[in-house]
Amino acid sequence: MSAVVESHDHHHGPKKGLLRWLFTTNHKDIGTLYLWFSFLMFLTGGAMAMGIRAELFEPGLQLMDPIRYNQLVTMHGLIMIFGGVMPAFVGLANWLIPMQIGAPDMALPRMNNLSFWLLPAAFTILLSTAFMEGGMPGFGWTFYAPLSTNYPNIAYFVFAIHIMGISSIMGSINVIVTIMNMRAPGLSLMKMPLFVWSWLITAYLLIAVMPVLAGAVTMLLMDAYFGTSFFDAAGGGDPVLFQHIFWFFGHPEVYIMILPAFGITSHIISTFSRKPLFGHSSMVYAMVSIAVLSFVVWAHHMFTVGMPLVAELFFMWATMLIAIPTGVKVFNWVATIFKGSITYETPMLFAIAFVVLFTIGGFSGLMLAITPADFQYHDTYFVVAHFHYVLVPGAVFSIMAAVYYWLPKWTGNMYDEKMGKLHFWLSFIGVNVTFFPQHFVGLAGMPRRYADYALQFAEWNAVSSIGAFLFGLSQLLFLYIIVKAVMAGKKATPEVWDGARGLEWTVDSPAPYHTFEVPPKITEQTKL
Amino acid sequence: MTAKTDTHQKYYVPEESRIPIVFAFAALIAGFGAANAVAGYGTTMLYVGLVAVIFTLGFWWSTVTKESQAGLDTPQLNNAYVYGMAWFIFSEVMFFFAFFGALFYIRSFAVPWLGGEGAKGIAGELLWPEFEATWPPMITPEQSLLGENAAVKGPAENMYLHSLRDIGSWLPLWNTVVLLSSSGTVHIAHIALKENNKKRFNFWLGVTVTLAFIFVILQAVEYYEAYSHLGLTLDSGVYGTTFFMLTGFHGMHVLIGGIFLLTQLVRSSGYKHFSDKEHFGFEAASWYWHFVDVVWVCLFLFVYIL
Repeated sequence: MSAVVESHDHHHGPKKGLLRWLFTTNHKDIGTLYLWFSFLMFLTGGAMAMGIRAELFEPGLQLMDPIRYNQLVTMHGLIMIFGGVMPAFVGLANWLIPMQIGAPDMALPRMNNLSFWLLPAAFTILLSTAFMEGGMPGFGWTFYAPLSTNYPNIAYFVFAIHIMGISSIMGSINVIVTIMNMRAPGLSLMKMPLFVWSWLITAYLLIAVMPVLAGAVTMLLMDAYFGTSFFDAAGGGDPVLFQHIFWFFGHPEVYIMILPAFGITSHIISTFSRKPLFGHSSMVYAMVSIAVLSFVVWAHHMFTVGMPLVAELFFMWATMLIAIPTGVKVFNWVATIFKGSITYETPMLFAIAFVVLFTIGGFSGLMLAITPADFQYHDTYFVVAHFHYVLVPGAVFSIMAAVYYWLPKWTGNMYDEKMGKLHFWLSFIGVNVTFFPQHFVGLAGMPRRYADYALQFAEWNAVSSIGAFLFGLSQLLFLYIIVKAVMAGKKATPEVWDGARGLEWTVDSPAPYHTFEVPPKITEQTKL
Repeated sequence: MTAKTDTHQKYYVPEESRIPIVFAFAALIAGFGAANAVAGYGTTMLYVGLVAVIFTLGFWWSTVTKESQAGLDTPQLNNAYVYGMAWFIFSEVMFFFAFFGALFYIRSFAVPWLGGEGAKGIAGELLWPEFEATWPPMITPEQSLLGENAAVKGPAENMYLHSLRDIGSWLPLWNTVVLLSSSGTVHIAHIALKENNKKRFNFWLGVTVTLAFIFVILQAVEYYEAYSHLGLTLDSGVYGTTFFMLTGFHGMHVLIGGIFLLTQLVRSSGYKHFSDKEHFGFEAASWYWHFVDVVWVCLFLFVYIL
């Protein structure tokens, strides 16, 4: 009993030594763990992408057999989504939400630690298949039945996904109860910073759809090993059912990977334009609308599968509706920049690139939403170009922007601005050289997920590969910049950025281990 | 315990904890072991992992209970538990939603289309010309083509009530009676607790737990009957698939809910926990129980009757 009570005593700095990271309940420590883990996964998944682009540098099979190629494509997707982007956003949520709402920590700190440490467990299981007979999953990150049900080692994949799902659900519950329950007095919902809002909505989405994913993989497992017929027409099931269930999870999942990016971008654009964000509440309503709509658009991923016409039309119109709230957001960002006194520090460069390039990804999404047109584009590189535009210069750029923006707050040191700008321009050029040509080859008919391709696509694929290597290599520069800023650098002031708004900028840099032991008072004067 | 001198409300943040990392490790063993077991590489690791998971969870919850008894919980933290439990139940709802969704899709689209009806019936007509779309499909599409040589065969009988005369021996009805009344008894227990009548509370909670385990036993009997006499198994086509997966996951949740309630009974009668004001452990268990009950009502309607 006494042990329980002692731990209630006043908190001081972090413990020394490695065990700190295993036992920690501190939101900043856990945020750091999440961010480093996602960076490690980003480099791993990136290395796989380099393998893919090396193979596609020219037609023919050079480096690997098609099975290995499929495995790389699959693992690249799974690692980047579940290991890279999602944990990076959770890491940012951990660091920022308590600071932005004036709370001492996350609401459920031990569960927070567990949410993180389940991820290495899940990826250990998933990656262990590399050392097994039959190898890693090679059925694409979408694991369509019946391809996946006939694949070796699917059981390891299924249980890895289960553990990731448990981690996500616990993380989301933690985010929701923290936000609902631990805001500083006076911080009403509509005053809440947009990153917090974006995460509140994201967490709802996660809790709603991760269990559906768990259901989908459970059905796969039962079909593969226990003789059920969910996805087997011979027994009265339907493989298309798998796609419906998967995309019912999958489409909200897409927004799970972009909503926090919206929040981040809103903060950064407002700071470096030195203006309050234009249309704060319309931003909130737009995100809520996007989240609600995300539940009724899933079948636009499967227009060509053979659905009744009514369904094709419904999903087409519902999908196009999403352009409206998204348009509201883009125009709000532009209106925030308008007549601001703008400076172009690295976070701002990434944020502006986000707005422009994400919009390109959004427009190609609109093209894909048009059912008859999608019959042409489906499963071509046009789709690959589309979702990489929303995920790489979209989600990933926003994560990089966030890291540059808040790094001085985390470490107390400014990063190297020159190097940061160099990293931005290399990434910006790299990403466009990689993915823009994929629109062309896609429209010309090059299909996705093949290790080989027809000769007429050779030039643009070579260009795309060169861009990919440029983008991949420049991320090592990112690693260098971060490590350098963690070790040393110009000392940061509490406010860090001229014009930064929000509670996190009222505390020292680096932020103290326990930020708000006493909740700050929010008044009309507080800059939010 | 240190005296709380601060006037502001202090939020309890445990300094550090070994439990989560141990649990994550246990989950790794259990997850890997489960995959090994399913893929046919032995079950030892699974059992070791499950035991580790159960022990760590038990230890975790008992720690939380001790902290709460030591008065470390602020109203704010209690609120966190309330919200947390509510959202956990919502995630469970969505898990069942996936399986009910599968059932509705199969019944309204997949089976009719396979039988040649509706918008996409043409494929069924070409591939399985003999298959007739009925619910439940007693003959699978493959069986309609290959007869006895089919790998996936339909069940010999199904779980629907065939004649009103048999209603007295129709187990699902009894299960419904048991589960619905247990939802009532848990509510009576809750009222008793609010009136601080612990004796009455313990009694009605005891009744609820008993009903929970009666339900599980009846379900086991039903499964035994299905497997040994009705020729209805997990692999008898989509009917067997949806029947066993839906009722199976529900049964698992009944078992978990029953253990959850039993724990509260032990806390109340053995350790004298809970008062008329502070009893969220019990309240959470009863929420969970009502959720399990609602799922059953849907099951009874869509799996056994309609």
